Amino acid sequence: MDSLSGYFQNTGVDDRVTSGRRAHKILLVALLLACLLSITIGPVDVSLWLVLQKLATGQSLTNLEHIIFLDIRLPRLITGICVGSALAVSGAVMQGLFRNPLADPGLVGVSAGAGVGAIIAIVMGGFLPVFINNFFGDYLIILSAFLGGWVSAIVLYRIATHNGQTSVATMLLAGIAIGAFAGAISGVLIYIADDKQLRDLTFWGLGSLASATWGKVMGAGPLILISIAIASTLGRGLNGLALGEATAAHIGISTQRLKNIAVCTVAAATGAAVAISGGIGFIGIVVPHLLRKTIGPDHRTLILNSGFLGAIILILSDMISRVITAPSELPIGIVTAVLGAPVFLWILLSKRNASVW
Amino acid sequence: MLFVDQISVSLANTTILDRVEFRALPGEITAVIGPNGSGKSTLMRAMSGDIPYEGNIELNGHNIDTLQPWELATIRAVLPQKSVLAFSFTVSEVVNIGLCNGIGAESNKIIFDALSCVGLLGFSQRQYSELSGGEQQRVQLARVLAQVWKPQESVKPRWIFLDEPVSSLDIAHQIEVMNIAKDYAHSGGGVIAIMHDLNLTSMYADNIAILYQGKKLCQGKPQDVMTDEWLSRAYECDLRVNTSPHPPSMYILPHLAVSRSKSDQ
Repeated sequence: MDSLSGYFQNTGVDDRVTSGRRAHKILLVALLLACLLSITIGPVDVSLWLVLQKLATGQSLTNLEHIIFLDIRLPRLITGICVGSALAVSGAVMQGLFRNPLADPGLVGVSAGAGVGAIIAIVMGGFLPVFINNFFGDYLIILSAFLGGWVSAIVLYRIATHNGQTSVATMLLAGIAIGAFAGAISGVLIYIADDKQLRDLTFWGLGSLASATWGKVMGAGPLILISIAIASTLGRGLNGLALGEATAAHIGISTQRLKNIAVCTVAAATGAAVAISGGIGFIGIVVPHLLRKTIGPDHRTLILNSGFLGAIILILSDMISRVITAPSELPIGIVTAVLGAPVFLWILLSKRNASVW
Repeated sequence: MLFVDQISVSLANTTILDRVEFRALPGEITAVIGPNGSGKSTLMRAMSGDIPYEGNIELNGHNIDTLQPWELATIRAVLPQKSVLAFSFTVSEVVNIGLCNGIGAESNKIIFDALSCVGLLGFSQRQYSELSGGEQQRVQLARVLAQVWKPQESVKPRWIFLDEPVSSLDIAHQIEVMNIAKDYAHSGGGVIAIMHDLNLTSMYADNIAILYQGKKLCQGKPQDVMTDEWLSRAYECDLRVNTSPHPPSMYILPHLAVSRSKSDQ
């Protein structure tokens, strides 16, 4: 049985892995270009080239240049990269975990759960002892959002998965119920919130990168980076899970460990993203779809590529949201929905007759 | 050796397996037969480590409960009764999923050999979901073979567990699959197969266990187990074991007159 073949030829098994790895490089270059474009374009006309020249030669920036580039656009850009990659990677991991392309954190209530966590921290944070607020600072909202997302993901998984098989209908319906429940809790909290808190809370409903600060970047960025790094190691396990939970275990995957890590990763990335940007939809569902169509479903390359493409789409969406109604700003959630919903429908229509995604 | 020692399995307060003892040796095809609901697939699931059980299951001298999934995966591969697949993987990608390292010339060679073995080499870049049920079953068999393909000095013997491996195949491919199992056994590996086809079982199995109502009725060489008495008792209908001289082999047929008169009563 060692060798039944007298000759050997390529089975093409690595072709899509190779193209997936090539896509890493292409998307990384595209991301750099998108970053340059995003940081250059804005309502205030400031030359990036001039700023870079000054920074390189050690000259001091003008006050306006400092504020526009270092205090507004740069943290906003980094927030966009973090949030876009976090949402897309969470989508790819959740879809692999549930073995279903509709399992997006936004669609199945995980983002809503994270939102409730963040809202609880905003509204109820004032009732906590001062030393706790001082100790956690900006991290309190992120931590609370993570817990909210984690609880939602666990509840969803427990409800939708029975005997190792996930029911799509149950998952979506459970997602609706979790979303509705989260909405009810948010409603109560909004009802009892004061005026300042209400202004903060309005931000959640719309989704925006406008309030990006270095503090938020430093709070959520590391959590998102760690989550993506961990998620990128789950590729083989999620590929195995595509064959069903029992078969995944037969090929040597510790399925319970994989599920625990995947749920925590999604909750952390989604929670951190929601905490700093509010609810931004469609990134998590559309990005992995587009990539599966081009580089195939292999999670070993799909997850990282989702991170790159998610970041690109979000920072370009943010750029559109800033310039399309300048000097005022369109909420980014509207832009991602306008771009994402038709793409999603197109994918649905093109896959109507296919048995798998 | 595979040694199943007095295992019992209960699901939802119903006893599915009751103190079953079962042995299998490498170098042989050990078949498990029995009527529907006799506990064959439950036995397979317990031996595969899918469900909890009372008792003890040893594989190559290791209690399977003490092995991590990745350790167990180096010793045995499992072909489930029904396979599912999410997302649009190609045939070679499905086979590749069973491999531990997954990328590179060596895995490419294993995939090539495994697909050649099941006669699907020309299908390597086809979408798995576009194949027929029988072809998908053979791809899954290639995945199982690929998982335990490369000999490992530290893990001897390696096993394949096949749960109704020929259920969705035509007669030619049934024989092809059983020949693959036989070759695997002859190369020193162990094969456990849950079977429904009594004639194929009598042709290919070196050792046969019959389950009945969650208990082992008997186990032994085909000529000892495939008798009118044991089979009729297990399947609750009158079965006759006949012999064919050229080549010498057994074939099993129902004795319709008796079966009909029993059902009429």
